[in-house]
Amino acid sequence: MGKPTVAFFDFACCEGCQIEMTNLGDEAFLELLNHIDIVEFREAMSETTKEPIDIALIEGSFTREADRARLEDIRRRAKVVIAYGQCATTGGINALKNHQKDYKEFVYGHAAGMPHLASDSARPISSVIKVDYNAFGCPVSKYEVLQIISHLVHGKEPVIPDYPVCMECKRRETVCRYHEGDHCLGQVARAGCGAPCPASGIPCEACRGFVSDPNLASLKKVLREEGGLSERRAETKALMFTANETAGRPA
Amino acid sequence: MIQDIKIDVHHLTRVEGHGNIVVDVKNGKVEKCEWQVPEAPRFFESMVRGRHYTEVARVTSRICGICSIGHTLASLKATEAACAVEISHQTGRLRRLLKHAENFDSHVLHVFVLAAPDLAGAPSVLPLIKTHPAVVAGALKLKRLGHEWGSLIGGRTTHPTSAVPGGFTSVPTEDELQTLRGRLLKAAADLEPLLEVVAALAKNIPSFYRPTEYIALHSDVDYSLYNGDIQSFVDGRPKERLPVSEYRRVTNEYVVPQSTAKYTRNRLPCYAVGALARFNNNHEQLHHEAKRVAQALGLLPHCFNPYMNTAAQAVEMVHNLHKSIQIIDELLAEGVSLEKPAAPTRFGKGSGAVEVPRGILFHEYEYDKEGICVSGNCIIPTNQNHGNIQADFEKLVPELLEAGKGEKQMELALEMLVRAYDPCISCSTHYLDVTFKR
Repeated sequence: MGKPTVAFFDFACCEGCQIEMTNLGDEAFLELLNHIDIVEFREAMSETTKEPIDIALIEGSFTREADRARLEDIRRRAKVVIAYGQCATTGGINALKNHQKDYKEFVYGHAAGMPHLASDSARPISSVIKVDYNAFGCPVSKYEVLQIISHLVHGKEPVIPDYPVCMECKRRETVCRYHEGDHCLGQVARAGCGAPCPASGIPCEACRGFVSDPNLASLKKVLREEGGLSERRAETKALMFTANETAGRPA
Repeated sequence: MIQDIKIDVHHLTRVEGHGNIVVDVKNGKVEKCEWQVPEAPRFFESMVRGRHYTEVARVTSRICGICSIGHTLASLKATEAACAVEISHQTGRLRRLLKHAENFDSHVLHVFVLAAPDLAGAPSVLPLIKTHPAVVAGALKLKRLGHEWGSLIGGRTTHPTSAVPGGFTSVPTEDELQTLRGRLLKAAADLEPLLEVVAALAKNIPSFYRPTEYIALHSDVDYSLYNGDIQSFVDGRPKERLPVSEYRRVTNEYVVPQSTAKYTRNRLPCYAVGALARFNNNHEQLHHEAKRVAQALGLLPHCFNPYMNTAAQAVEMVHNLHKSIQIIDELLAEGVSLEKPAAPTRFGKGSGAVEVPRGILFHEYEYDKEGICVSGNCIIPTNQNHGNIQADFEKLVPELLEAGKGEKQMELALEMLVRAYDPCISCSTHYLDVTFKR
């Protein structure tokens, strides 16, 4: 059997998750190429394909109907679809605008009604096509992506963490942000990143989204009572990367 | 020779974001020649509203995955101007070291991975792994250095963590800085043979000449990437300078009739930003090693060939390494300690600018009395280059026709031109520049 074919595709995003792959540097990246064939990666190469693909990594959010056909075509051709990065898995930071009614007018002024500026709510890729696996994070953890690909190449089921970031802080013995007089979303944020933010002295912003059953009412209470956040900030704090997950949940 | 040419490059490759090239020539007459940007808009200026001043840079960093350090720093500078925050000498040095890391990291990616395949006649870096294994491995090694160097200072290179308003939440140890210093010295040596390969390929850089206006930060202290005023250079005219707080007088955004894209103009109908603009404004302040490499690559001041932006990036890589060694020496001489980030002394309105790899970047915010953002404005280098790329197209296409170039050659020449600007299209369409009606 030949090496599995892998392709990268991008929608509304900053393409930083694709850049994370190049940050693997010489050893890991060149080794990866011994096990997979990258057949399309527009940000880095001119080669493209119309053929079936083994693994499609899709970065970015779905924000306009015009992109639906392209997503459906990728799904038809791909054996495995991975939503790659937070914009793709939940809508990520793009979803911040979902709670605003005037975002188009605010940015585009009088031109807001023009058809090519069409941009609806930012939605995860899974709102359009079936997604097999999620590589969470803003940006993705490049080592987790390597692990997911490696599992798939070896016929194993990738394991995606569904426990909070607090677990990873405890494991690496990071002093809790609350003990430093700060606030944090780590209690309900999905782990898997290795908790780099509290370790470098800033709160977790839940850039990988929430664990599957977050207690948001308690989160707001803790943000107010332990983190010293105002009512207004406690209310909006959890919207940064999780606006789609927060919407519609009982608070 | 009278000919028909139809070029429709839908989603140009090896650039960040989505751009199209459309050329239509009938009976030897150029009917259409356009650089289009169909990227999905993302509305960042709207999304920063309601965010606390400590969160704003974390939001706007997400405008771009390649220059997220630059977005973070421009954002922090704007927030600090709005909140009257004074940063320490140590913070200033660490930020300049971080800025050099980003510039180096991004230029390595662009010169060796995105642009070099054109000069070597390959569709991507992948075939070069077989034909130029040492160069590719060397380049990836330098890419990793850029990433680890930026991560040491900023916590991470894609969306940095530890750079916050008023300073840093963690700082490298003196041992870590010593180790980095050694790696930078080694990288300067490792870069030499790679640049010789680039110099040998530089003969394949097309010769094309179109003087324009070049805008970059300028400071009397150094080759400016982090500090300075806005400077405009137009050949044969006196240079003009303005403080960053008056950036709107330089960017003068306007809407062109045939599209909804906002372009920018200053003294001339369009201007260029980026490595070549910095070189044309500030070449005298380059490190002498960088000046030597500029000579070897045939990059002489002042240079009016936009394709040479890639060469200017290679020159800046050398500068980034040597200047950073100096900054590390300064840091080590004074000792590095974890300082508490400086706090706001008021909440108001302010702007900030840095040079990101692709050119000058402006951020501006206004905060209410609780430190919550009420408005934001970001003007991105690629936005400022869109008009200049279009003007290059309008001069280049007739010249290529005149020279009897066929469709494929013309397509490659136009693709290479856009790539030379190293455009960051997601960045530019965080905003209005989304454009184009067919």
